[in-house]
Amino acid sequence: MFEIFTQLANWLTYSIFNLSPDSKLGDAVHFFIEDVSKIYVLLLVMIYAIALLRASLNIEGVRDYLAGKNRGVGYVLGAGFGAITPFCSCSSIPVFLGFTSAGIPVGITMSFLLTSPLINEVAILLLMSLLGWKFTLLYIVVGITVGILGGLFLDTIKAERWLQSFAAKALADGKNKNATADSIIDSSQEDSKLSFSERHEFAKDETLEIFGRVWKWVIIGVGAGAALHGFVPDGWIEQHLGDGQWWSVPAAVLLGIPLYSNATGVIPVMESLINNGLPIGTTLAFCMSTVAASFPEFILLKQVMQWKLLATVFLLLLVSFTLVGWIFNSFSSFL
Amino acid sequence: MKQIKVLGSGCKKCTKTADSIERIAHDQGVEVTVTKETDVQVIMSYNVMSTPAVVIDEKLVHSGSIPHTDQIIEWLSK
Repeated sequence: MFEIFTQLANWLTYSIFNLSPDSKLGDAVHFFIEDVSKIYVLLLVMIYAIALLRASLNIEGVRDYLAGKNRGVGYVLGAGFGAITPFCSCSSIPVFLGFTSAGIPVGITMSFLLTSPLINEVAILLLMSLLGWKFTLLYIVVGITVGILGGLFLDTIKAERWLQSFAAKALADGKNKNATADSIIDSSQEDSKLSFSERHEFAKDETLEIFGRVWKWVIIGVGAGAALHGFVPDGWIEQHLGDGQWWSVPAAVLLGIPLYSNATGVIPVMESLINNGLPIGTTLAFCMSTVAASFPEFILLKQVMQWKLLATVFLLLLVSFTLVGWIFNSFSSFL
Repeated sequence: MKQIKVLGSGCKKCTKTADSIERIAHDQGVEVTVTKETDVQVIMSYNVMSTPAVVIDEKLVHSGSIPHTDQIIEWLSK
């Protein structure tokens, strides 16, 4: 099914640009054309198809649903919804406050917020097409697990102590409302049935919006991947960052956290790193930390969290991605 | 005169929303004041979770995306 993109790349690279298949440059250009064309087509088709299905899912609905749930299932649902609900990282503060003032515990909210950037339809799609279903499944399971355990941990240490005061007050108010009135949820969000043309409108807007945002990331990501692919000598990565060096995982995570990329940009780089012999766990750790956290996001979160909580979240991410890396490096032979 | 607020933490989409409302109001000859509200506590008070959101004369009319041109025209004509 994907051969057409290989053929397109063959034709453009070897016939039109007249590059030799054996040259480094030819190799890199071929990789670039094949991946960019494949990713663009997949993105357009799949974002549209998925948006059609999820046109009726919105963040307010998720909040209302989570507000009534007990903690045990709350983390799992929070992380699960994080995976399927799209939202722009610029909305993470309103979402955080919206959840908080509905009395949802901080940990469940964080399960949602941690999982959301890691797992989304674009990421899953790219992983499937570039790295295969086994890796994709692994990525999803790890992403959701980090979300669940992270949220559980934050509630265990009573992270709500370290909210900014107005957010803490909103949380307390929300909890009281939950305790006194059995229904804080006004049913203004009744399940309105959407007609097909409304779904189509939504899906069209979504496709244009997401594609407009990510197309350049694809170029950057695949470009970096192609450069790695063509120009880093074979075996260099394996030799220097291979299995033997335990420190390479935490180092990769530390490097990844301040770097910001979204999943779309980083997955083509993952493909290239793995093909070049970087251990799977190290790759996973690096990429998840790039996607899950960034300095701009931490600065935004500062509006609702005190430094202590921010530092805790940072450490939490550092530790969990490092563990992910080590665990997968030791099990990589099964993949 | 309509008081219009665009709620959002200052991302690109919010700026775009505010700009297009101003432009369309100008084209339609409707007098408006458009302000961008970035304070999270204020945004929270409108019970909004997805931004950009639009508030006209203290009434929330839209949230979660850049509004379409025809939506904006409709709001302005009321």
